[in-house]
Amino acid sequence: MYLQAKRLLKLALSPVLMLLSLFSAGAWAEAGERWQTNMAPGVTEVGHQIYDLHMWVFYICVVTGIVVFGVMFYSVFAYRKERHQEPATFHENTRVEIAWTIVPFLVLLFMAVPATKTLIEIYDTDDADLDILITGYQWKWKYEYINPHGDNISFFSNLSTDGAEIANTEAKGSNYLLEVDEPVVIPVNKKVRFLVTANDVLHAWWVPALAVKRDAIPGFINEAWTKATETGVYRGQCAELCGRNHGFMPIVVNVVEEPQYQAWLGEKQAAAAEIKELMAKDFSLEELVERGKSVYASSCSACHGANGEGGVGKAIAGSPIATGAMKEHTDRVVNGVPGTAMPAFGSQLNEVDLAAVITYQRNAFGNNMGDMLQPVDIYKFKKGQ
Amino acid sequence: MGAHHGPAKGLTRWLFTTNHKDIGTMYLWFSFAMFLLGGSFAMIIRAELFQPGLQIVQPEFFNQMTTMHGLVMVFGAIMPAFVGLANWMIPMMIGAPDMALPRMNNWSFWILPPTFLLLASTLFMDGGGPNFGWTFYAPLSTTYAPPSVTFFIFAVHAMGISSIMGSINIIATVVNMRAPGMTYMKMPMFVWTWLITAFLLVAVMPVLAGAVTMMLMDIHFGTSFFSAAGGGDPVLFQHVFWFFGHPEVYIIILPAFGVVSEVIPTFSRKPLFGYDSMVYATSSIAFLSFIVWAHHMYTVGMPIAGELFFMYATMLIAVPTAAKVFNWITTMFKGSITLETPMLFAIAKVFLFTVGGFSGLMLAIAPADFQYHDSYFVVAHFHYTMVAGAIFALSSAVYYWIPKWTGKMYNETMGKTHFWISFIGFNLTFFPQHFVGLAGMPRRIPDYNLMFADFNMMSSIGAFIYGASQLLFLFNIVRTITHGKPVSDPKVWEGGTTLEWTVPTPAPYHTFTTPPQLK
Repeated sequence: MYLQAKRLLKLALSPVLMLLSLFSAGAWAEAGERWQTNMAPGVTEVGHQIYDLHMWVFYICVVTGIVVFGVMFYSVFAYRKERHQEPATFHENTRVEIAWTIVPFLVLLFMAVPATKTLIEIYDTDDADLDILITGYQWKWKYEYINPHGDNISFFSNLSTDGAEIANTEAKGSNYLLEVDEPVVIPVNKKVRFLVTANDVLHAWWVPALAVKRDAIPGFINEAWTKATETGVYRGQCAELCGRNHGFMPIVVNVVEEPQYQAWLGEKQAAAAEIKELMAKDFSLEELVERGKSVYASSCSACHGANGEGGVGKAIAGSPIATGAMKEHTDRVVNGVPGTAMPAFGSQLNEVDLAAVITYQRNAFGNNMGDMLQPVDIYKFKKGQ
Repeated sequence: MGAHHGPAKGLTRWLFTTNHKDIGTMYLWFSFAMFLLGGSFAMIIRAELFQPGLQIVQPEFFNQMTTMHGLVMVFGAIMPAFVGLANWMIPMMIGAPDMALPRMNNWSFWILPPTFLLLASTLFMDGGGPNFGWTFYAPLSTTYAPPSVTFFIFAVHAMGISSIMGSINIIATVVNMRAPGMTYMKMPMFVWTWLITAFLLVAVMPVLAGAVTMMLMDIHFGTSFFSAAGGGDPVLFQHVFWFFGHPEVYIIILPAFGVVSEVIPTFSRKPLFGYDSMVYATSSIAFLSFIVWAHHMYTVGMPIAGELFFMYATMLIAVPTAAKVFNWITTMFKGSITLETPMLFAIAKVFLFTVGGFSGLMLAIAPADFQYHDSYFVVAHFHYTMVAGAIFALSSAVYYWIPKWTGKMYNETMGKTHFWISFIGFNLTFFPQHFVGLAGMPRRIPDYNLMFADFNMMSSIGAFIYGASQLLFLFNIVRTITHGKPVSDPKVWEGGTTLEWTVPTPAPYHTFTTPPQLK
């Protein structure tokens, strides 16, 4: 019955639809177009259902609007005082009033049924082929691929748009603010379950083309799922206000064929093994500073400034911590400062990167301490706690 | 009548007044000042969003602007403006000499200026003002908030006290001071909607006070209501906030319904259609407002049963709301309509509020909301209801009653110009926001991808036009007071039927010192 009504409605609406499609020529077909005026159906079955539901309710609103506003504007034009001196005096009609209470109610039923169906499907997170734990941090995403048969793969994903583009000193690329250093990679046609949580404040993980939006809440693990039917790169953003750089923590999902996915996974595992090896290595000061510079850029500079000048966080340049005792400096970075915006990086960075970034902070921005930390020192520090 | 003693002279008249007209005037001027302040914050937001990239403000300040814009507009502009109208009009519409609790009336107004001074001063504090959105979700507003959050909490408490006192006063007035013969079902619709609104306020403002008190405890006294690390629950904050917040949006819109229910019959020269059903519809909307709050939280991960309950309950709101719209339109049908400025604003309010109602219905559909939630589609939706729904109704009310208040007629050409510029500016601002929202632009971001650039520029231009039109409004009001053409006809408008049109124009300082006789 619902489908029939829908078909009838579409027929009745065809002139309006033609007008609409003219107006937004082509823009509906693909996401990410300029002048895009409508939701894109995306690349999942659920996404198409949501899109259909969205259009169905929209059509009902358009029809209702045409009727209601039609009567309103007709009244305004036809019953103007110069044309209609003597107003009618009627002021109630119980039958009409009952009718216009019942009819909207019935129309609502035609929306509630398909909405319920789709909602039940969205909530069915069972039987996933792959689980990914997504953790929101101020202001980046951490992805952890749950591997029941071995070590998990995990990495952070940061905005990779150049600061010069944001400051308008360089031309903006087409993926401006929607590009990251490390995209999430998922296989096509597989049910992927996302376990969404947060480390500090609320965030929300939203990729329109995958029809997934879930709040990331500290202390809670929310579930969502997707099954992309087309390979491609899909982009999204954090949707819940999470502080200063809320607008600067995008999401990029790479949907690839299974073999490519396996190859990518293999690379990630190899990289993890390499980090394990590096743990035992003795680095030179130059090596640590070089590595630490890039860690600083992705993990510290948002708050402490690109040149350690401070911002939301305190200045690193000349700071009593970065130029003070090594142990206190290590403690500050590894454990953070509870109750403030300074997070505990001990769980966010590996030992190699922690050693590198602490060494970098002590030897950059005019802090010429000349001392350094090895990964194994960090390991011992953590053990000793 | 009532001329035996007039207002005191000088500043003390305003400081110590217990006269409902004086207090109403102060509320209206105060809210207009806040409207300009909140509007200037919006201008900063739209200026930054005029183009992609960061050019005018930094993200930290941008977040303060979005937060303060919301707080000042909701609590400083719209709510006090309707309280101002209630003060002026309710006694005159029910044939009462004044409000029931005149001294408390003075106090509930005079709390507001220092409160908003306190709130605005946070912008100059170390660490900046509130930057966590007007919905102040924990833990961004607790553990991660700037130090000024404590001042924000006290400001919210003070606003709440003012609102509760104001609404108790309205309830006491309407219940006790109606003229003999004015039964509840003979009260003007504006009085009815305000009575229901006042009950909503008394019910939910304490809940808001509870929410901010829990924040205060979390921040300063070591509790963990909203901190997961201490065993608390960040989602609890949202439940408590929206249990206040959803009735709050009806608190804003119901008196606006009341205004158009007065203006449309007057300029259609025909009684309001379906008065009884209007009363029942308003009551139903008020009742439903208590059981739909979690539709603001479809993506927090509620169990599906909760999700379905809130979806069905929310969809139901469309029924009484639609009935109201049908009633207004049927009132115009076969009337004898003239289009003075108040009527233009009232018709536009019905039209644009209904557009906001349609997008509201779309947002009620939980699965689709997974795409709409926290996007610009939501921003477009609630500005259609708040700006077109509430502010247009306020403009309508001011033009409608200003001749009664001042004894002077506003300039009709200027009024109509204000209307058309507002109408065009408003739609140019907010209609394209539906598009960028559907295309994937999240709300509360200071910068965006190039694909959103064109509509955002359009939106900013619209916002500047809408903002500028309010200066014309201000000019027209001041000009009316200083140079307006005197009106002396008690009726002012040919179609005016309620009691305020039976007292002299301008309304003397004291009206209905002896109650009127109702047929």
